[in-house]
Amino acid sequence: MLSFLTQRLLQIIPTLILVSMLIFGLQQLLPGDPALIMAGEERDPAVLEEIRQQYRLNEPIPIQYFYWIKGVLSGNLGESMRLKAPVGSLVAEKLPVTLQLAAMAIVVALGIGIPAGIISAVKKDTAWDYGANIFALWGISTPNFWLGILMIFLFSVTLGWLPASGYIRLGEDWRASLATTVMPAFVLGNAIAAVLMRHTRSAMLQAMGADYVRTARAKGLYERRVVLKHALRNAMTPVITLGALEFGTLLSGAVLTEQIFTIPGFGKLIVDAVFNRDYAVVQGVVLVTATTYIMLNLLADVAYVLVNPRLRA
Amino acid sequence: MTASTLPDVAVADASEENPWARAWRRLKRRKGAMAGLVVVVLFVLVAVFAPLVAPYDPIATSWSAVRKAPSWEHWLGTDEVGRDVLSRIIWGARASLSAGLVSVGIALGIGVPLGLLAGYAGGWIDSVLSRIVDAMLAVPFLILAIALAAFLGPSLTNAMIAIGVTATPIFVRLTRGQTLAAKVEDYVEAARAVGNPHWRIALRHVLPNIVPPLLVQASLAIAGAIIAEAALSFLGLGQQPPSPSWGSMLNSAQRFIAQAPWMAFWPGFAIFFAVLSFNLLGDGLRDALDPRHK
Repeated sequence: MLSFLTQRLLQIIPTLILVSMLIFGLQQLLPGDPALIMAGEERDPAVLEEIRQQYRLNEPIPIQYFYWIKGVLSGNLGESMRLKAPVGSLVAEKLPVTLQLAAMAIVVALGIGIPAGIISAVKKDTAWDYGANIFALWGISTPNFWLGILMIFLFSVTLGWLPASGYIRLGEDWRASLATTVMPAFVLGNAIAAVLMRHTRSAMLQAMGADYVRTARAKGLYERRVVLKHALRNAMTPVITLGALEFGTLLSGAVLTEQIFTIPGFGKLIVDAVFNRDYAVVQGVVLVTATTYIMLNLLADVAYVLVNPRLRA
Repeated sequence: MTASTLPDVAVADASEENPWARAWRRLKRRKGAMAGLVVVVLFVLVAVFAPLVAPYDPIATSWSAVRKAPSWEHWLGTDEVGRDVLSRIIWGARASLSAGLVSVGIALGIGVPLGLLAGYAGGWIDSVLSRIVDAMLAVPFLILAIALAAFLGPSLTNAMIAIGVTATPIFVRLTRGQTLAAKVEDYVEAARAVGNPHWRIALRHVLPNIVPPLLVQASLAIAGAIIAEAALSFLGLGQQPPSPSWGSMLNSAQRFIAQAPWMAFWPGFAIFFAVLSFNLLGDGLRDALDPRHK
């Protein structure tokens, strides 16, 4: 287990280096003088010079990268031009909001996706199965920003049950906090539920046809126990690995969801930064997102080994 | 034993048929895929003939018809400056479909040659390309597309480039894997034995054999690209106003959801149906083209 973990950790190092180069390289796409663009409205030559100094824009690109990555590794993600604050502290401030949203979305996704997958596999080719498949197709094809707007129309405008926008921190008032996040969490979790349902269904169908399930049935176990204990536990391994890929959907989806429900998280931070032409923030947020995504996939790999005794040697 | 060899014989006979004709015959049997195909064709026709189909000018404002509910004059209502929603959806199909096709075209155009190169050449070329692909896939799709679009500047063309580049690594990975599998097949061995140059083996012998999985992936990628374009336009990074696009229509609709909900319903339905039909088509193609499903 330990050697597996070390090996996986070593593997992600070249990926992280390339990701950092990629994100740094984005800056080269800016048309014209980057200092001028980064300064925005500011045309004061002293300010431009300061920006050139700060980003070492007069140096060759590899040197610029070297200083940038050196800063990143010592915890300095750069400075927001617009908000006059270090990118690191902005990210640290917004991250818990998105994490709450993401955690709730995962609960929604697991709570809908896995049971729907089990039911549709157990009741294959019945109305239940068709219903679950239609739900999955709907979930995959619905743009989440549209679903968000429709939910606001139904639950906020028409019924007046939930606030349409804004966010209250969990520590402040947990009921109000849940009220502000339940719709966005559902919107975010819905698409992932659909994907999880499809994975669970196919893994369960495979497991239900396996010899150990026939043995379990032959022993006279209740069907419920056969399905939930024998088939489901074996079916969960591929679902975990494939489900982990959905962390990317979660992080991407958070950008749009936070925008619609005006939730001051990580996604809102990147969109605002894009519009303020606050490029250091865009780079910082993308870097943190990519690193988080890589780490989550690593965790999923570890979980995969933990639930699969055959790989634990 | 005899029972299990019988179907194989039948298959051998069927394989006399052109493989594309066989795939088409199998696709025709799938109701979902055919429904998807019909809707896709419908959307394409609407996009191509937008000037003829649209009842009004999509960017003509009318202060006497601001946020009018659906009626006989304006079937799907009007927006906040009195533009006809139906006409904007019809013209918006152009932005969405061309974004889907162009960005997937970019992804195929860059991804397939690189994947062929990585899979066929192997060695350090493969290692370098594969690491770059890993790095690109390590950034969530939409976040990378937003970052690229942000640095390139907001426009429909740049959104297509951003989505295309973001979708490229998937095609590199797929092509590479398929090439690796095809490389060891007998027909490639035979082509090499008769002295074909490498480029010819890669293009004439490997490529045609890996088209089916690429086609399936392309169909699903178009669905993804249409959602991505709508998302970028929704955020203001795609099609710029006043030109119509489904995503930017939803953006302005959000502000008037209480007064004019129809502004939000129809563009969303358009995205939903376009994406759904490409997804259905992709799923159907996967089943029809998979040689294991004979």
